[in-house]
Amino acid sequence: MKRGAPLARLALVLALGLAGCGGEADSAVDHAATSQKPAYGDTFIEALTGNISGLIPNIVGDGASHTVAAHMYNGLITHDRDISVVPDLAESWILARDCRDLTFRLRNNVRWHDGRPFTADDVVFTYRLMTHPKTPSPYKDDFAAVESVHAVDPYTVRVRYREPYAKALTIWGQSMLPRHLLEPYVAEGRLREAPQNFTAPVGTGPYRFREIQSGQKIVLVANPDYYAGAPYISRIVFRIIPSQATIFLELKAKGIDTATLTALQYKRQTDYPAFAKAYNKFRYPASIYSYLGLNLKDPRFADKRVRQAFAHAINKGDLIDGVRLGLARPATGPYKPGTWVYNPNVRTYGYDPARARALLAEAGWKTINSDGLLVKNGQAFTFELLTSQGSDEGRKVAEIVQANLREIGIGVEIRVLEWAAFLKEHIKKRRFEAVAMAWSIGLDPDQFGIWHSSKTGPDEFNFVSYSNPEVDELLDRGRMTCLQDERKRAYDRLQEILAEDQPIIFLYFRDALPVVASRVRGILPGPIGIDYNFTEWFVPKQLQLYTAG
Amino acid sequence: MLAYALRRLVLAVPLLLGITLISFVVIHLAPGEPVDLQTGDLSVQSSAQAKQLLREVYGLDKPLTVQYWNWLGRLARLDFGRSFAPDGRPVLQKISERLPITLLLNIVEMLIIVALAVPIGVLSATRQYSTFDKVTTVFVFVGFATPDFWLALLLMILFGVQLGWLPISGLRSLNWEYLSFWRQQWDFLGHLALPILVATFGGLAGFSRYMRQSMLEVVRQDYIQSARAKGLAEPIVIGKHALRNALLPVVTILGLSLPGLIGGSVIVESIFAIPGMGQLMVQAVFERDYPVIMGNLVIVSTLTLVANLVADVTYSFVDPRIRVAARRGRR
Repeated sequence: MKRGAPLARLALVLALGLAGCGGEADSAVDHAATSQKPAYGDTFIEALTGNISGLIPNIVGDGASHTVAAHMYNGLITHDRDISVVPDLAESWILARDCRDLTFRLRNNVRWHDGRPFTADDVVFTYRLMTHPKTPSPYKDDFAAVESVHAVDPYTVRVRYREPYAKALTIWGQSMLPRHLLEPYVAEGRLREAPQNFTAPVGTGPYRFREIQSGQKIVLVANPDYYAGAPYISRIVFRIIPSQATIFLELKAKGIDTATLTALQYKRQTDYPAFAKAYNKFRYPASIYSYLGLNLKDPRFADKRVRQAFAHAINKGDLIDGVRLGLARPATGPYKPGTWVYNPNVRTYGYDPARARALLAEAGWKTINSDGLLVKNGQAFTFELLTSQGSDEGRKVAEIVQANLREIGIGVEIRVLEWAAFLKEHIKKRRFEAVAMAWSIGLDPDQFGIWHSSKTGPDEFNFVSYSNPEVDELLDRGRMTCLQDERKRAYDRLQEILAEDQPIIFLYFRDALPVVASRVRGILPGPIGIDYNFTEWFVPKQLQLYTAG
Repeated sequence: MLAYALRRLVLAVPLLLGITLISFVVIHLAPGEPVDLQTGDLSVQSSAQAKQLLREVYGLDKPLTVQYWNWLGRLARLDFGRSFAPDGRPVLQKISERLPITLLLNIVEMLIIVALAVPIGVLSATRQYSTFDKVTTVFVFVGFATPDFWLALLLMILFGVQLGWLPISGLRSLNWEYLSFWRQQWDFLGHLALPILVATFGGLAGFSRYMRQSMLEVVRQDYIQSARAKGLAEPIVIGKHALRNALLPVVTILGLSLPGLIGGSVIVESIFAIPGMGQLMVQAVFERDYPVIMGNLVIVSTLTLVANLVADVTYSFVDPRIRVAARRGRR
């Protein structure tokens, strides 16, 4: 959940033209209001459910820390509304066609929050930090393909890769860190203990750190020297509220300016005039899809026809209505509809129990026993479906799948487990028949780790043990080039095969359901979400609520 | 007496060691490990290598016995270590930052409970089966049966959302720095009102029951009869002769709840977003932050042992019978 770092003012003009087709937004959004005159000032209050674990985003993995840090740091590149790569601290770049040589031209008007200029040295330092053996970073692997990084002059950086690399450009969305402050900590492997990680972070971003009260709040203030001009909203306060129920009540009492709603809250509990007046609701597909995973080591599930039968037997419409109150879109594969990589022309599986029964019969499941279950070689078709305790959604999905499969003569038993135990005892040890889970997908379409047949080790993610040589080859091809049309070709074919094979049963992409106080203007939802242009958000002078500070 | 206290103190050491050993083993047995959280337990980006590096940083790659020994060695120097959470701050610093608010809440809560429970208990005991007694009995059952979090949410909806009289969560308003001194105190009190109300409600029920029970036993004693026979006024009989004796068992219970003062209430603190010890402990458990969990456990169990000892010792001062018995036994 990394917020796209903000763009130059130019984006606003462009985006206004697009506002009319912002069909993703709910009708409550007053588009005319976005044209009101931007003004500086006011405070934006957001809730975090957990304490942040650090403010150097390169070494922390939790969402809360990234939410805060995204306002304070920039990468060399960022993603815009349509998830295309656009310049950030780099003003331009040249990527050779072999995808191995990359040259960045940096902006020369960028300063760290302590006033020092940002230069090519900092870029080289950030690379060294990411690859230093003592840096414990979850994003380390991104930089494994880099052969060398060097500063040609203070505003030019040249990167060379060992082999053609698809993410050659996008890995530079990683936050840039100040060499003059952090160098000694990196060498000693004590980066986590640096004051910049907790009490004195220094970045280049649109907001500066003001204060942290552990367990209570974090305050950021607008950076007047931001290279693209100061952001409109002058303060952001993150309040730490561990209970989701409390966050919702604070929202109703107007104690916070934004929150992400559950489907139930969105549909039923906020459906009254006072709420509609105080908040704008938004809705766009989140980068997360739910699926039914089947252990392909199980001979019953190894048969493609059985998986296709499941796909036909599960009523995705019912699933979306029952679990998400309609606030989701059917998934045809592992990519989000509306993104450049998405291929709509793949095999789809409409709800068709008769077709499902026929496919199962083809696979040898013909006779039905006295319990109404399909039988093959004297064995009834029953299996155990695992899901984790934390997600109410997983359990509901499991229940509907259970009912749907029962209709075609398959018995499902549901078991709900604690998350850590679920992972350690069942997923990692491959001790499961079926699981109801969800995958989060990143901005880059590379899904090598999930589908490649080599990624089946205990700590790896192809835990359903999917193996298809053509898929392996396409995944390799997709990550060995950085040319979007070539990648698109590889991933289009990948999606066709995945749709045909159904290595997991793709269910739905849920919608993200954020609300933002209606006094805040300039929000333009897009495929990437709403947060990407936070520096463009503003509160018209007469509507400003918090004037102090 | 001194020898007795010393002996108890010496015996407490192996007990404490036992407690730490068992807790250490149990929390390491729980599935999941601290590195999972930081590398995102099912995130594709994190490699096995990154996890291994973290394990080394924390010393989790060593055998459990070695880990325990190292931890014990640091503890002997009163070093609780650094948190496994990515902020990596010293455990003591984390605890000391959370302790004051939990202490404040719990002490205020305890004072209110005692101040209300004693008169309620006495009144319902002296007027057993009266309307007042019946009403308080019902109140007690309701108090026992009401889940904290549910009551908290109802009160938040009523006072926070509907009426808008009180803040819903947190400790201070966002404009706190800009308020005058007295407004600041008022604001702080407003934030504490609901959490204290919720915490007191449950505790009050139990405590007033103890008080009633204890009082009922005492008023049946012969010396109360003789006090009445002497012609003493009823308030003096109850207030002076009965109450003093009835308070004895209550004091013990009070003593035993001392460690609870620093433990903090998980539910109240989470719902009202109060950054206290309860929240810290829950977070640490979810994050499998072993040093913080262990640090917390050591402090709480030490306090429990000390409170036990203090309760036993003070008991003998309060109750002359024990003092006398001890002296006779020595002879």
